[in-house]
Amino acid sequence: MNFFKRTIPLLIAFVMGVLMAMQYYVPHKLSQDLLEIVTRWDRIIAGFAVFIGAYSLFHLHWTRIKRRVEGWGYSVFVYFGAIITLIFGLINGGKFFWNDKQDGTMFDWFYYYIQVPAGATIFSILAFFIASAAYRTFRARTRESTVLLIAAILVMLGRVPIGNYISQYIPAVADWIMAVPNLAAKRGILLGVSLGAIATSLKIIFGIERSYLGGGD
Amino acid sequence: MPFTSHSFGIILGAGLTLAIYSFLYQDNPAFKIAENLYVGVSLGYTIIITWFNFLKPDLYDPLIVPVFSKAATKEPQYALLIPSLLGIFMLLRFSKSLSWLSRWTFAFVVGLGAGISIPRVISAFILQQIKPSLQPVFSGSETIFSSIDTLLILLGVISVLIYFIFSVEHKGAIGKLSKIGIWFLMISFGASFGYTVMARVSLLIGRIQFLLKDWLGILQ
Repeated sequence: MNFFKRTIPLLIAFVMGVLMAMQYYVPHKLSQDLLEIVTRWDRIIAGFAVFIGAYSLFHLHWTRIKRRVEGWGYSVFVYFGAIITLIFGLINGGKFFWNDKQDGTMFDWFYYYIQVPAGATIFSILAFFIASAAYRTFRARTRESTVLLIAAILVMLGRVPIGNYISQYIPAVADWIMAVPNLAAKRGILLGVSLGAIATSLKIIFGIERSYLGGGD
Repeated sequence: MPFTSHSFGIILGAGLTLAIYSFLYQDNPAFKIAENLYVGVSLGYTIIITWFNFLKPDLYDPLIVPVFSKAATKEPQYALLIPSLLGIFMLLRFSKSLSWLSRWTFAFVVGLGAGISIPRVISAFILQQIKPSLQPVFSGSETIFSSIDTLLILLGVISVLIYFIFSVEHKGAIGKLSKIGIWFLMISFGASFGYTVMARVSLLIGRIQFLLKDWLGILQ
């Protein structure tokens, strides 16, 4: 049984990893077709993965409702929002879900008038939280933190008209910070991350990194 | 304004916006209702879009429709049974006795991702990032400032990379270079912070415009 539970998954990862790494260096139609087929398979599997996420969320809120934990009533709104969106999505403007998606349906209405405004507002609220966090943490205690503080202030001022009113050089300095020291540091980080990603990928392919198998037998 | 689905949508959107902003004062039921409703609608939206954008065109139309519809002109693509099976195996994660089958799916996805990423990361990130870092400092047409910038970028990339080498003790020349790397990183973090704040502020401006223009009609 260990063969099915451990050896086969490691074999699948090895075969797929080697095959797809080789595929890049084979400029043939068959190689391109293979890439197209497996990425399509990957999309299908990702589609199934969405149902795992949906189940987890539904299960979490159902448990909250069932156990009547504090604030369980709010979980009802998760169900309400999800079910009503699913119903209108499946009805698909009267054409139903087995036909192509129709435009201008109630499903789209939910998207434009609930999801878009609520999503944009939640993300815009972060402006206040970031400002409040910055007020508490941005203290020029060391030279390094002073550099961080000055860079942040210059970039912020350089992106708004008031920066230009204060000094015509501020937007130019902000652009220079983004284009030179910021670019250099980002490039260094990216190179480090890329080398790390390659090392991790090789460890997965050769079965050294097995955490994706989870615990147990 | 006549009462239409659009005007009702604007009122609903404005209500949600105000309910969410009410959190800035303190946590309250209006915010929690809006937040949970948003989570629910997003979940429903994700499932439906996954169906219409991925499962329907990639699985239902080429495999299920030709098998069950007599009017279908195309042959069923039976090879799609493999990802379907792997997808079902993944759902078995919730079964105590068969959850081990989900490992096959994860192995497929992780192996595929690892294999695809190695050559592409080398090409798109490592080589493409090293190339502009090693430009000639002076080839005749640049100003002295652009030559200094080129040198600064090279110094920044090398010093940041040295800072991330933890297998060597940061002493002497390595220590000094890694210190320079920290300075470059601090400038970059500050710049990223400033950039993120401005992006959020522009979203905030968008929401205020929505309230004042679309909802109240004060701004024209």
